[in-house]
Amino acid sequence: MTEYLKIDGISCGYSGAFSLGNISFALKKGVFAGIIGPNGSGKTTLFRGVSGELPLRHGSIWLNNVNVGQFNNRQRAQNMAIVGQFPETGNITVEDYVLLGRLPYRKALQFFETDEDYAIAKKYMRLTNTYRFKDKLLSQLSGGEQQLAAIAQALTQEPKLLLLDEPTSHLDITHQVQVLNLLQRLNEELGLTVLMIIHDLNLASEYCDYLIMMREGEVYCKGTPTEVLTYQNIEEVYNTVVITLTNPNSLKPAIFLVSERMMSNIDKSNG
Amino acid sequence: MRKKYLGWLLFGLGLLAALVCAMLYSVSTGEVSIALSDIPRILSSKEGMEYFVLTQIRMPRIVLAIAVGGSLGLTGSILQGVYRNPLVEPYTLGISGGASLGVAIVIVFGLHTINMLMLPLAGFIGALATIFLVYTLSIRKGSLDINRMLLIGVMISFVASSAMMFLMSISTAEDLHSIVFWIMGSLDEPNTQLVRLMLGVSLFGLCVTYLFARPLNALQLGQSKAEHLGINASTAIRILFVVASLMAGICVSVAGVIGFVGLIIPHLVRIIIGSDFRISLIGSFLGGGLFLVVSDVVARTIIAPNELPIGVITGIVGGLIFMVVLSNMRRKPKLS
Repeated sequence: MTEYLKIDGISCGYSGAFSLGNISFALKKGVFAGIIGPNGSGKTTLFRGVSGELPLRHGSIWLNNVNVGQFNNRQRAQNMAIVGQFPETGNITVEDYVLLGRLPYRKALQFFETDEDYAIAKKYMRLTNTYRFKDKLLSQLSGGEQQLAAIAQALTQEPKLLLLDEPTSHLDITHQVQVLNLLQRLNEELGLTVLMIIHDLNLASEYCDYLIMMREGEVYCKGTPTEVLTYQNIEEVYNTVVITLTNPNSLKPAIFLVSERMMSNIDKSNG
Repeated sequence: MRKKYLGWLLFGLGLLAALVCAMLYSVSTGEVSIALSDIPRILSSKEGMEYFVLTQIRMPRIVLAIAVGGSLGLTGSILQGVYRNPLVEPYTLGISGGASLGVAIVIVFGLHTINMLMLPLAGFIGALATIFLVYTLSIRKGSLDINRMLLIGVMISFVASSAMMFLMSISTAEDLHSIVFWIMGSLDEPNTQLVRLMLGVSLFGLCVTYLFARPLNALQLGQSKAEHLGINASTAIRILFVVASLMAGICVSVAGVIGFVGLIIPHLVRIIIGSDFRISLIGSFLGGGLFLVVSDVVARTIIAPNELPIGVITGIVGGLIFMVVLSNMRRKPKLS
């Protein structure tokens, strides 16, 4: 039972266009994992393969020793919840939106949510700090608040695995940290296994226990942030010169970008 | 009971009460006005001219108005939910265009003289063929491209209306008259078999659609979100489209083209009670029925003793209300 989520040699993609190579990795239960890599490296394709949006051409995905490929939509939704890059918006109250997370558990001819459904939705709205605007419309919230509501809905599905596609990419640093702190807390308190695509290498380093670095549709390397985020790996995969140091407080790698002028200054002082 | 459900109950009962009032007013108004207090006596006497007017003319007409209005409201509600666009209705998808073409073919070739049920059958086949065509043409890479589907629907409407013009230009003056009159829309249906069929189809449509009320709530957030919430989105959409084309096709064959009901009613219902399909489906059904009953009274009385085609009333009233609603929405901060 060490491998909770096991991606076993999957490939998937779009006909005639981009497709993934032979992807394999495994996550332990309760791991906070991140997928990193440059644009076009196949992060989103991999995400869609795992979430079931794209059919797998080869390989299989195992969650808690069950083949995910055998799930129907409802079973899949009970086991894994997905938070997209752009949170949904619309004229729906936050409470009604979060309650949609109970849909995978509805019985035939059940038109109304049970008291238990309401209690579960309330619990996760409290946890994500969205209960205070439960009667507001989703469209009246800020982007960060909408993202929190989307996470509350995902939690209401009570999944074993939480998948997030760049949950912080369009948020300011206040909300980035707020969302990631929430995910970290959920990961610790609920023992939830989290797999997310994340662009920002410093955030990935700080929050994730395990990183999967993608390049050209394949896994370039995987491991702890210290193993993966070396300047050699980053320069190789991103074609960009960086400096990596260790954050003195968290002891995790911190990545600094290098400007052209700084490069020439370094060259001059060396030469 | 939760406050939300209490609001829904009050809204539903309010609409039902308004519908009953409209029905009572409609049944007593017309060329021969009949006092409401006399109606029980007339109905129990089972004879005389007033009995005939009530049971053979006005009541079937009211039943038809409710069934057609309810079906159109429901169809609009389904389509707007699936397309996540408040401006679609049976006409924008080409469903009505296909149904009209089917019915026009039956009239030109005189097939309806063999059996009146040929008309609704042709309407349903036309609507279903259109939906099937639109659907297969919009599948790309194994998934449904909704924008493409909408465009193809508009194109099919154009093709169908051109084909109808062609049929009209080669048909006899008598056929031409009946096609034109039927296109304008009328609730005057002497065939009680067709009225019963319409009522049955509309109630069947309401029941089937209501089974999909919660999936529709998820579909409003998009097809892939609905899949993530465990809904079998493409199956649900397929079933909803067949039911929608059944209702729209039979509406067109029985009552002609009555525009704007499917557009305006679901929109108003959403503004009043919100976008939860568990109430808005019922609201659209009752609201559509109410709108057509009232429009029918106006159509019958405004230029009495003559009668306006009901499509004229719904077009003018619906279009005006829609423009007012749109301009009011602009002034408020945009919500969607």
